Amino acid sequence: MSALNMERGVKAMMEQIDAPIASYFNSCVHCGLCADACLFYTETGDPKYTPIHKVEPLRRVWKQEYTFWGKLMSTLGLSRRVTDADLDAWQELVYDSCTMCGRCSAVCPVGNDIAYMVRKVREGFAVSGHATEGLAEAAIRTVNIGSPMGIKAETLKKMVASEAKASGIEIELDKPGVEYLLMLSSAEIMQFHEFIGAVAKVMDHAGATWTISTEAFEATNTGIQIGSSDIARQLVQRVVDVAEKLGVKTVISPECGHAYIAIRWDGPNLIGRPYGFQVKHIVEVLDEFRAQGRLHFDDSKEDMKLTFHDPCQMVRRGGVVEQPRRLLDLCADNFTEMPDSGVWNWCCGGGGGVSTNERAEPLRLKVFSRKKSQLDSIGVKAMVTTCSNCRNMLEEGLEEYGMDMEVLSLTELLAEHLDDSKASKGAEA
Amino acid sequence: MTDMELLNWARGPALEWATIIFVVGVLVRFLEMSLLGRKPDLSEARASAAGGGWRTVWRRSIPAPGLVKQAPVVIYAGYAFHIGLLIALLFFAPHILLFKDVFGLSWPALPFFVVDAATVIAIVALLVLLVHRLVNPVRRFLSSWVDYLVWAVTFLPLLTGYLAYHRMILPYTEMLAYHMLSVALLLVVFPFTKLMHTFTIFVSRWYNGAVSGRKGVQL
Repeated sequence: MSALNMERGVKAMMEQIDAPIASYFNSCVHCGLCADACLFYTETGDPKYTPIHKVEPLRRVWKQEYTFWGKLMSTLGLSRRVTDADLDAWQELVYDSCTMCGRCSAVCPVGNDIAYMVRKVREGFAVSGHATEGLAEAAIRTVNIGSPMGIKAETLKKMVASEAKASGIEIELDKPGVEYLLMLSSAEIMQFHEFIGAVAKVMDHAGATWTISTEAFEATNTGIQIGSSDIARQLVQRVVDVAEKLGVKTVISPECGHAYIAIRWDGPNLIGRPYGFQVKHIVEVLDEFRAQGRLHFDDSKEDMKLTFHDPCQMVRRGGVVEQPRRLLDLCADNFTEMPDSGVWNWCCGGGGGVSTNERAEPLRLKVFSRKKSQLDSIGVKAMVTTCSNCRNMLEEGLEEYGMDMEVLSLTELLAEHLDDSKASKGAEA
Repeated sequence: MTDMELLNWARGPALEWATIIFVVGVLVRFLEMSLLGRKPDLSEARASAAGGGWRTVWRRSIPAPGLVKQAPVVIYAGYAFHIGLLIALLFFAPHILLFKDVFGLSWPALPFFVVDAATVIAIVALLVLLVHRLVNPVRRFLSSWVDYLVWAVTFLPLLTGYLAYHRMILPYTEMLAYHMLSVALLLVVFPFTKLMHTFTIFVSRWYNGAVSGRKGVQL
C-alpha cells in the first residue's frame, strides 16, 4: 500500500472527525461496558472485540490532529502516526466484527455513539485501500452495474413479470405520477422475490398506486457499509433523481435495514439537501394503511407460535419499533417477544457489510449463538422479520445450529392473510 | 520547610497554579471540541432531537437492561465510587467553606459521619475497580498507564483527606498539606486525560441522544 493512499486515509478520517467524535473520545473512561453490549465479545470472550477498541485508529488521528497535547507530542516526535500496518491489523475489527448494530451506542454510560464512530473510521479504511475484498467488489458492482449482486434491469423485469403472473396483479414499471416508488434489495429480486408479489397484493388491496423503476431499483447502499460517502452519495442520488422524475410522493425502502438508514436518514446529508418526497420503510407504509382502515384480514390468523427479529437499522438505529408489532397483532395469534426485544435486540450478525465479507463467515456463525440463546428461551416455530439480509443470516445461522424454524417476511405474512373480498380497490383514503 | 510552610505553599501557590492549569486546560479542550463543529442534519426529523438529547443525558445514568447482571462489579462499584466522591467533595463542611470563599455560594453540609462513610465507600469502591481493572480481561486489555495514573490521582485526595480528618499516620498539618497537593495534582492531570468525562459526559450523551431522538428512538 502506498504512502499516498495512507495520507488519503488519514485525511479522510480527519474530515470525519466532528465535535461529537471529539466529545466521545474525551469521555471514554475505558469501563469496557461496550464489550458486554457486543455479541462479538459476549460470544467469543475475546477482549479485542471490545467496540471502543475497534475505533482506536480514529482516536489516534483525533489526538494527533485535533488536540493541543497530541499535536505537541507528535511535533516532538513522541507519538506514532497511524500506519498502513495499523489499518491492516484493525481491518478485521472494523469490518468483520462490527455490524454497526449500535447496541454499544445504546449501552455506553458516558453516551458514546460507537457505531457512529465505526461508520466514520471506515471512511479512512475505504479510501486507503483497507476495506475487505468482498465489500470492495460489491461496491464496484453497485457503481458499475447498479446492484451489489450485479443484477441488471433485465433480470428485474423478468422477476417482476413472474411475480405479477403469480399474484394475478399487474405491476407497472417506470410509471410516473404514482404515489409510491418501491425500492428493492438484491435479495428480494433473487431469493425472496415473493416479496414483490406480496407488495403488489397489499398495494392492490389498499388501492394505492405504485411503481418500480428499472433505472434505480436497488435499495441497498454499499457505500454506507464500506464507508465511502462518495459511493453512498452516488447511489442515493440515483434514487432521488428517479423519484423526482417520476414525481412520486413516497419512496418505499424495502425489507432491508441498512437500505432504510441510507435513504431515509443519511441520504439528504449525503446529497446535501432535503428531498422533495418522503421516505418510508415498507412496514411504516403498511402500518399507515392499517391506521387508515385500508387493510382487511380473513379469519385465518396465523396460529403458529412466532416471534419478531428486530433489524437493528430499522429499529434501534431507524426508529421503526412499534409498527411491526401492531401489524403482527392483526395477522398472528401466538406472538411472543424475545428477551431483549425492540431497541435492545441482538444483531443477526451479518449487518453493516459483514454478510458480504466471506472471511467473516465463521465468526458471524459463531456469534449467532447469541440469537440461538434468545430463541431457545421462548421456543417458537417461526421468526418474522423485516430485513432480507437478516433473513438470510438467520436462515444460515439456524441451519448451522441445527435449529428447525421458519424465517418469514412480515410483508409476505401480512399479504397471505388479506381478505380479497374486502379489498378497498381504488378507494383511496 | 516546616509542616505549616508546606501547607501554606500547598494551599497557596500550588493550588493556585493547578487551578489555572485546570481552568485553562478544560477551556482549551472545549474549544478544540466545539471548533470541530457538526454538520446540520438535513433528514426530515420524526421527533425532537433536543428532546432525545436531554432524555439521554439523564437516562444513561441508569444501566441498560441486563447490564447489571453482565458487569455487576463495574456498575455497583462505579455507582458507589461516584456517589461517595460527590458526597465527600460537595457536602464536607470545610469544603463548603472553601467553595463559599471562592464562588460565594454555600449550602448545608452533611453530618461528619455521613461524609466519613461516603469517603470510605468511595475508597473501597476505587480499590475494587482497580483490582477489577487488573484482573478482568476486557478492562486490563483496554487500560494503559494513563488509566492507572488517573486512578492514582483520584484515589490520593480521598485517602489523604480521610487520613487527615482522622489524624492518622502523619500529623494533621502535614497530611492536610499532602491532601492539598494531591488535589493540585488531580487538577493538573485533569484536562489531559479521561477525567474530562466529568464535563464531556453530558455533551456526549446529548449528541448520542439527539441522533436517536430525531429518529424517534427512545434510549
